Amino acid sequence: MSKLIRKTQKIAIISNKEVCSAHFVMELEAPFLGENSAPGQFINIRVDEGTTDPLLRIPLGIHKIHEGGISLLYKVVGSGTQILSNKKQGDQVDVLGPLGKGFDVARVEAYGNTPLQSTKQDPEAILVAGGHGIAPLYALAESLAEKKIKTTFLIGVRSRDHLVCVDELKSLGAEVQIATEDGSAGYEGYVTELLEELLKQVMKGEVNGDSQRARFSRLRSGQEGQSPGEQQTMIYSCGPRLMLRALSKVALENNTPAQVSLDAYMACGVGACLGCAVKTKDGYKMVCKDGPVFDSKEILWT
Amino acid sequence: MDLTVKINDRTFKNPVWVASGTFGYGEEFKDFIDLEKVGAIITKTITLNAREGNPPPRIVETPSGMLNSIGLENKGIEHFAKKYYPFLEKLDTRIIVSVAGRDKDEFEKCIEALEEFSPDAIEINLSCPNVVHRQTKHKLIAQDPETTGEIIAAVRKKTKSILIAKLTPNVTDISEIALAAEAGGANALSVVNTYLGMAVDAEEMKPILGNIVGGLSGPAIKPMALKVVYDVSKKVKIPVIGIGGIMTGRDVAEFMLCGAAAVQVGTANLADPAAHNRILSEFEEYLDRKGIKKATDLVGKLKKL
Repeated sequence: MSKLIRKTQKIAIISNKEVCSAHFVMELEAPFLGENSAPGQFINIRVDEGTTDPLLRIPLGIHKIHEGGISLLYKVVGSGTQILSNKKQGDQVDVLGPLGKGFDVARVEAYGNTPLQSTKQDPEAILVAGGHGIAPLYALAESLAEKKIKTTFLIGVRSRDHLVCVDELKSLGAEVQIATEDGSAGYEGYVTELLEELLKQVMKGEVNGDSQRARFSRLRSGQEGQSPGEQQTMIYSCGPRLMLRALSKVALENNTPAQVSLDAYMACGVGACLGCAVKTKDGYKMVCKDGPVFDSKEILWT
Repeated sequence: MDLTVKINDRTFKNPVWVASGTFGYGEEFKDFIDLEKVGAIITKTITLNAREGNPPPRIVETPSGMLNSIGLENKGIEHFAKKYYPFLEKLDTRIIVSVAGRDKDEFEKCIEALEEFSPDAIEINLSCPNVVHRQTKHKLIAQDPETTGEIIAAVRKKTKSILIAKLTPNVTDISEIALAAEAGGANALSVVNTYLGMAVDAEEMKPILGNIVGGLSGPAIKPMALKVVYDVSKKVKIPVIGIGGIMTGRDVAEFMLCGAAAVQVGTANLADPAAHNRILSEFEEYLDRKGIKKATDLVGKLKKL
């Protein structure tokens, strides 16, 4: 078993605010989590002590990571998150984490560092958020901004009332595009349609100039010793399972790798109960331990 | 304070154990608790060959409980021997290997394969509600007294290890099954495995679990489990190990008062990986507060109303 740094601890709440309809951001004073968490990892939080209902912890993606702690962005969907939303500054919660395997940033970074590509375009990340799936992607966007990796952030929500983090993401330097199902902001439709459009432009070289197209023609003619899959764009996504399934298809059709963060009914969070299984090409894997981030090609979408 | 418990010739350092399927193979919990304070670690159930398990979702929370339909996912006995047993073996506590099979033949082969590393005890899981058993008209082996007795007797011949039969509460009269397991040669009984149940999503008009039905565990089943322990411990002469929604040291005491010689903490481990050590120290505080010097003095000592 790999060496993990994780523990359970009582953590004080610094703030807990509703940022838009039913969406809350909770800041936690937790230097341990601030130092040891990576984008895409999650915590398993016990919302109340001394009660058996709710019984289990709630898994929540880590939204922001800084020296003094972390913050969480969550949507009230059930009794557990309802209780969480009523917590006040100074209240304590029992937090288990950081857990799981986060986004692989090294892979997109490496694109910029290989001699083969250094003379060509810079690597690029496309982040695709569905609803409150934006939570863990924000921490990733911050990390990518620090590494100066060009980031396009696609946000899909039901309606403009559900938009969060847009200004913050813009101030990180990310290009933000919005899709709403009701057309109340940005593109009317699904965020995966926005992604498809963006990838087409990337392929045509409209976004990044001519170099990528030129590179693809060299790839096709076998002048470069890499498969077409190994291009310089990486998709990172988190959102509802159906959206991720659609995204996986778009990524595959456009020959672009995608890392997806999955949600699942979960109990222990540490790989013991085998409850949060997801079907992959290599059999069942556990969202809590093998994920939550998976290569989209690994998943057998149903 | 004397916390030790004896089952046959084996002494266990305390009566607070951890239940199969809720504690992985022990190693998963090493960051959170002192594993050597666990009276006995009962492994996740292993089978002769690897099993894939059931389709997800496999778990869902219910009021004060949870349903699971994992379906005995495991990589088989050989993998267990290589990958997990070496870690467990080094721990200074008792290791109980939980095994399951579809029929007598598979149980026998499992026990034979276990003989090379002679675990402290073997728990015969006759009661997983999420898999298909053969050799009986019932869904679970432990719903059939005859098959239960037959399988226990067969594995009894194959090993000198302590045999613990894990029974299901999903029966009309569990005493009948308990007596059959005792007659077959079991050294102790674990009661109870989960209660069959299901969860439904009314909005989607669908069952929630991939397997449709699952097993209910957690504090929701504690009153029913206490009654099973109370009934069974009066019927059999062998020790009864109580399981069912234990979350606190006081819960441990309740089960022991009803007749349990030891208990297994299950779902609590999933709610909190540090649960076991907390529950054990709460139990010690309870004994201290009650002026009880020997944990075993509690067993079956329920007073009259």
